[in-house]
Amino acid sequence: MEDVTLAIPRFDARGTWRRRARDLAGRALRTTQAWVQSAAWALASVAIAIGTWELVCLTVSRDFPTPLASFRVAVGLLGTAFVKVDGTPGIGLQVLASMRRIAIGFTLSAAVAIPAGVLIGVSPTVRKLFDPIVQVLRPVSPLVWFPLALVAFKNIGGVSSSTLFTIFVTSLWPTLINTAVGVASLPGDYKVVAKVFQFTRGRYLRKVLLPHTLPYILTGLRLSMGTAWLVIVASEMLSGDMGIGFFAWDAYNAGSYEKMIAAVAAIGGVGLALDRGFNALQRRFDFQGAGR
Amino acid sequence: MTMPAMQGGPAPSDAGGFDEPYLHIDAVAKDFLIGRDRVTAVRDVTLEVKRGEFVAFIGHSGCGKSTVLNMVAGVYPPSSGGIRVGGRPVSAPGPDRAMVFQSYSLLPWLTVEDNVFQAVDAVFDGQMTQRDKRARTERFLRMVNLWEHRMKRPAEISGGMRQRTAIARAFAVKPDVLLLDEPFGALDALTKGTLHDELLALWRGDGRRQTILMVTHDIDEAIYLADRVMVMTDGPAATIREVISIPLSRPRNKHSTLHDPRFLELKERLFSLLQGDAMSAAS
Repeated sequence: MEDVTLAIPRFDARGTWRRRARDLAGRALRTTQAWVQSAAWALASVAIAIGTWELVCLTVSRDFPTPLASFRVAVGLLGTAFVKVDGTPGIGLQVLASMRRIAIGFTLSAAVAIPAGVLIGVSPTVRKLFDPIVQVLRPVSPLVWFPLALVAFKNIGGVSSSTLFTIFVTSLWPTLINTAVGVASLPGDYKVVAKVFQFTRGRYLRKVLLPHTLPYILTGLRLSMGTAWLVIVASEMLSGDMGIGFFAWDAYNAGSYEKMIAAVAAIGGVGLALDRGFNALQRRFDFQGAGR
Repeated sequence: MTMPAMQGGPAPSDAGGFDEPYLHIDAVAKDFLIGRDRVTAVRDVTLEVKRGEFVAFIGHSGCGKSTVLNMVAGVYPPSSGGIRVGGRPVSAPGPDRAMVFQSYSLLPWLTVEDNVFQAVDAVFDGQMTQRDKRARTERFLRMVNLWEHRMKRPAEISGGMRQRTAIARAFAVKPDVLLLDEPFGALDALTKGTLHDELLALWRGDGRRQTILMVTHDIDEAIYLADRVMVMTDGPAATIREVISIPLSRPRNKHSTLHDPRFLELKERLFSLLQGDAMSAAS
């Protein structure tokens, strides 16, 4: 069957060209179709959200900012996003301030959680020692850490250290637990391979343990990042530090609810972008089960 | 430590093997704790294998043939008895006893080339230049016809190609003993046949210096590849029931072997031994 179709073009060059063009057009059409389709779904989803919102404005509360008014304010805010107006930084600068804080807290937390997770995953002794601590501290609400941190860091940085610490602690757990699970789930065959072929400790870490654990670590980091982004808003509201959470709280106090909506949109948008970024990384490094 | 040359060294006769016993399995038994129960997987396994001999273990699944292999590999120690390779007692896994598993056990994040190279690089650390290690990796990948696929990851190649990578990796570290744990069990019949010949060709190309232990449940495979076949009794507490010598001359080839009357005779014999065991177990 295949041989026959492959033999034809040699005698009918024009047919080949025509078919190639048809293939190319077909592929382009399919890509466009897929693209239009996903755009349509996204549009429908946005329409449902805005419809519900409009409905709330019409029925529940007349004071609630309407989609249109919020959109207008948001566009205005975008115009001055990265400058200071009357000494108040624009929304873009606020988002950047929050992201910077997250970057610091999150990096510190990853630097502790990944090695700790590896240790817990590798050694049953370490796991038995630390498991109770992790299990007790993990469900504690981030908002309790903040006042505790205020007490602890009274003389070293005060409020801003406390915000960082809150981010640090809350993003610790998902990364730590996922890393430990990843390390502990390394198939026994790979360990035998490393032993048979005399892998040194370094080679074992670089070529066996870490590549296997990386997808788990990235899942943990992704969950941690989500939590950190949730927590930053709350802790900025408490601390009054510059940032998107403070921006939202400040807008509420000033009675400009449209600005609050803009803050919500900014928080959601950045959160989505970060999540997508980690998701892409995760897929890049996932070789799960492919060698077996 | 190991024999230096590939083609050099004393060539084994076609009947197979050097005459010194090289691998000793002495009255080995293995118990496993399953829950609170102590279950004997294998017992009274005693065997001497000459250097360059190919021994196959055959038996029904669960008869503990892989257990014997794992103990020779040093994955776990015997509960009683001892195993010596080249005079030294086995205590841990090492590159002198390379393994090939049914599950391939390639590292899925490494390319075909890197799977072989990492093993070569680790085993010959400090004994070979980086260039020689690369060259060695290339040579063995070429022998199993995978050089063109060296940049692919295990997920991108077929089961047969994965097993060829694992076999190339095992041979590339210059082992004295090769341990094959149902290496062709997951492959289709055609691929299996090709790999049998590739395995024999690699072995011959290496002066047949490796002592090979293979676990299988395929009668044809055992006869075609091995010099001696150990027929295991059914587990638990399995042991060697009978030793069958395979007098077929080497080099062997599929076509003439399959039509050799001795092959059919051996096949019938092995079949009735295994069948009889199943019958007595059923009654």
